Amino acid sequence: MTAVPADTGSTGLRILQRPKATTGLWSWVTTTDHKKIGMMYFIATMFFFVVAGVEALLLRVQLAVPENDFLSPELYNQLYTMHGITMVFFVGIPLGATFFNYIMPLQIGARDVAFPRLNAFSFWVFCAAGIFMYSGIVLGGLPDGGWFNYAPLSTTVGPDVSGYTTGGGSGELAYQVHSGRMLLYSVGLQIAGIATLASAVNFIVTILNMRAPGMTLMRMPVFTWMTLIVAFLLLFALPVIGIALWQLMFEVRFGANFFNPAAGGDPILWEHMFWLFGHPEVYILVLPAFGIISEIIPTFSRKPIFGYTAMVFAGVAIGFLGWGVWAHHMFAAGMGPVANTAFGLTTMFIAVPTGVKIFNWVGTLWGGKVRLTSAMLFAIGAVAMFTIGGLSGVTHSVVPSNYQQTDSYYVVAHFHYVLFGGLVFGAIGGIYYWYPKVTGRLMNETWGKINFWTLLIGFNVTFGLMHFLGLWGMPRRIDTYYAGFGWEQLNLIITYGAFLIAASIALLLLNVVVSLRRGKLAGDDPWDARTVEWMTTSPPAHYNFAEIPQISARDELWHRKHAVSDSGDYVRVPAGGSGAIVVREVEDSDIHMPDPSVFPAMSAVGLPIMGWALFTSGNLMIVMLAVGSVITVGSLFAWAFEPSAEEGH
Amino acid sequence: MAELTTAEASHEAHATSLGLSNEKIGMWTLLGSECLFFGALISAYLVYYGRYNGQPEISPALFDIPFTSVSTFVLLMSSLGMVLALSSIQRGDDRAFRVWILATAMMGSVFLSGQIYEFTVFVNEGMRLDTSPFSSAFYLMTGFHGIHVTVGVLMLITLWSRSMSGRLTSENSEVVENIGLYWHFVDIVWIVIFTAVYLIPYEQATL
Repeated sequence: MTAVPADTGSTGLRILQRPKATTGLWSWVTTTDHKKIGMMYFIATMFFFVVAGVEALLLRVQLAVPENDFLSPELYNQLYTMHGITMVFFVGIPLGATFFNYIMPLQIGARDVAFPRLNAFSFWVFCAAGIFMYSGIVLGGLPDGGWFNYAPLSTTVGPDVSGYTTGGGSGELAYQVHSGRMLLYSVGLQIAGIATLASAVNFIVTILNMRAPGMTLMRMPVFTWMTLIVAFLLLFALPVIGIALWQLMFEVRFGANFFNPAAGGDPILWEHMFWLFGHPEVYILVLPAFGIISEIIPTFSRKPIFGYTAMVFAGVAIGFLGWGVWAHHMFAAGMGPVANTAFGLTTMFIAVPTGVKIFNWVGTLWGGKVRLTSAMLFAIGAVAMFTIGGLSGVTHSVVPSNYQQTDSYYVVAHFHYVLFGGLVFGAIGGIYYWYPKVTGRLMNETWGKINFWTLLIGFNVTFGLMHFLGLWGMPRRIDTYYAGFGWEQLNLIITYGAFLIAASIALLLLNVVVSLRRGKLAGDDPWDARTVEWMTTSPPAHYNFAEIPQISARDELWHRKHAVSDSGDYVRVPAGGSGAIVVREVEDSDIHMPDPSVFPAMSAVGLPIMGWALFTSGNLMIVMLAVGSVITVGSLFAWAFEPSAEEGH
Repeated sequence: MAELTTAEASHEAHATSLGLSNEKIGMWTLLGSECLFFGALISAYLVYYGRYNGQPEISPALFDIPFTSVSTFVLLMSSLGMVLALSSIQRGDDRAFRVWILATAMMGSVFLSGQIYEFTVFVNEGMRLDTSPFSSAFYLMTGFHGIHVTVGVLMLITLWSRSMSGRLTSENSEVVENIGLYWHFVDIVWIVIFTAVYLIPYEQATL
């Protein structure tokens, strides 16, 4: 790292001047605007969503008929592993981040997030992790040990189960291929974890410290509350899996002994550390959707959310209880009856706050003036589907029935109802709901309704029938099966259902793209909404709000638009009426926004280079590690020394 | 206020909700996360304590407790250096600040050198990363602590060079306070690790 000139005036290196592009590709690479970053997250997430969807379709084609040889067993293992990893880490988490980035600062009346450049850093590191993970396609194979990668099974050589791959410098081909795959998993998720941890810190500080005047914690929209809880879950869950991944990396690459029982290691430790992250992860994925649903349902019921306080505390309770249930993933691992009973009970408890949320959504709908827009349909669909998933979840928490269901398609059905039914339905509702805020145009409602009904039918055909498949004994993760067990017909119908889901998602993406140009102009507040983000223009200006709004109530915008009449009804106040409390007048040019910066993107480049170094050995490895760390650390240093104020700023 | 970064400048108009700077809350948040990070490392070490993979001679018996106690003392004293550096810059005494911040960085480096020396000795005596679960957990835990100290030393040197170039004064000394929080945290973690590794008496395991 060379020392950076302290003052980079006209004599300084050009690279050290802050970039100023406001249009074109360069402006997107260097942007520090939370709205642009949110949009980039959306595009990247949708890309991975399509990738994971195609992987799932390939799996379903393989399973459509018995004794199929469409995919080899090796490829099948890679595809279901990557489907899980991609959906959890490259769709679920960043889909939350998409909405957090774009909507949350608007909802609390902030001009930006607390650390704009760290925000950009998160996005680019996330992209680097995705590229790194999928680089296995050219490096000799993708990870193939399941998204949970149970060690030490996952550290054994794939086809040749006779020997462990651990032990460092062994040069056998099988070792190289397999350890390479495990390195992709452990290092790729580490890199993704850095991105997620950085944004978790960012969101926590933003929510705690950058709320508009008067926006107390108990006036915050439920979505912002869920963002805060998710950020805390990420903050505390990621380091735990981080350590487990480091252990795995040292085991497969440098021969450390952590999980190999032959050398005194403990395979159960991996399971504990993985699920101590992996269970809170479930709530990390689904709480953003809960937040989205909690915004959509009140808006389209024309009622405030029923039981706001209970809603918030139920979210907090889920956040806490989510930590006490991880071992319910391990009932069959042999922990003994005491631990199984304890974790069975805590798992049943967590249904209580979740039930509170579901009843509050129903209570909000009750007696409301319900408008069944596409967004509302998806929100109601998410509540219904998640409830089914929750009910099958309760059957898992009963240890004896869990022994029967574990590793069967019943489990696959359960978690797809929770995650696809809860997270994906909720998030699609969020897309329909906030699209006009982001683009200024409405999405096509007719297509939206077709999108909803095809998805609902396809989803229930696919995953609903998997319950029966599981109860009839079909195990997960098998690449094919013999005819005669009674599974053939269901598997074929499930495959048709999967293609219906794919068609529906294609329609959604088409709607997103076409509505960019063809959609009806939306105006600032097309839904007659309740929260602060609808007070600014659509799309919002670079600085979000010309005037920071003064908040005096929950559902601030609603109270500004409506007054209580003599008969007790809400009546609309004419535009420009009450409300519009101005904190301070500002000229556009007086609003200082963070400048773009090239260093967040640049520092992300070094991380995969350091990761790829692990596939090499000797001098090449040292060189690649050095190059990667010089790029990353050098960029971070330059970032710290970046000139703060440019002329003409 | 030219020293402020643009991020700070943009938020200047926006009174913070908690009355603390974003940077300070961010550091506390990060340290909360670090607690779980080291918690996982220390738990793994305690789980693997006594699992010597059939080589009981490769055990805590190798540890040189007096040597490590001295380097621990140096590390803990560096926290005092950090406090003195912070109070110097808050008083506006730039010279004393530079002396103390360099002294702190130096004490951190002494500790790191001690760790490198110890690792070399252990490896020479046959305790390598791949010897046993015990040795793997030991190297991972102490190694990650060493990396944290290294990052801390780099940040201290950055502070020193910012002060030398006149970009760090009593007006924007909060960054010193925040990095000080990090530095104290790393020291506190070492107290836990030192206790768990060196001070808890061990029994010769028969594994």
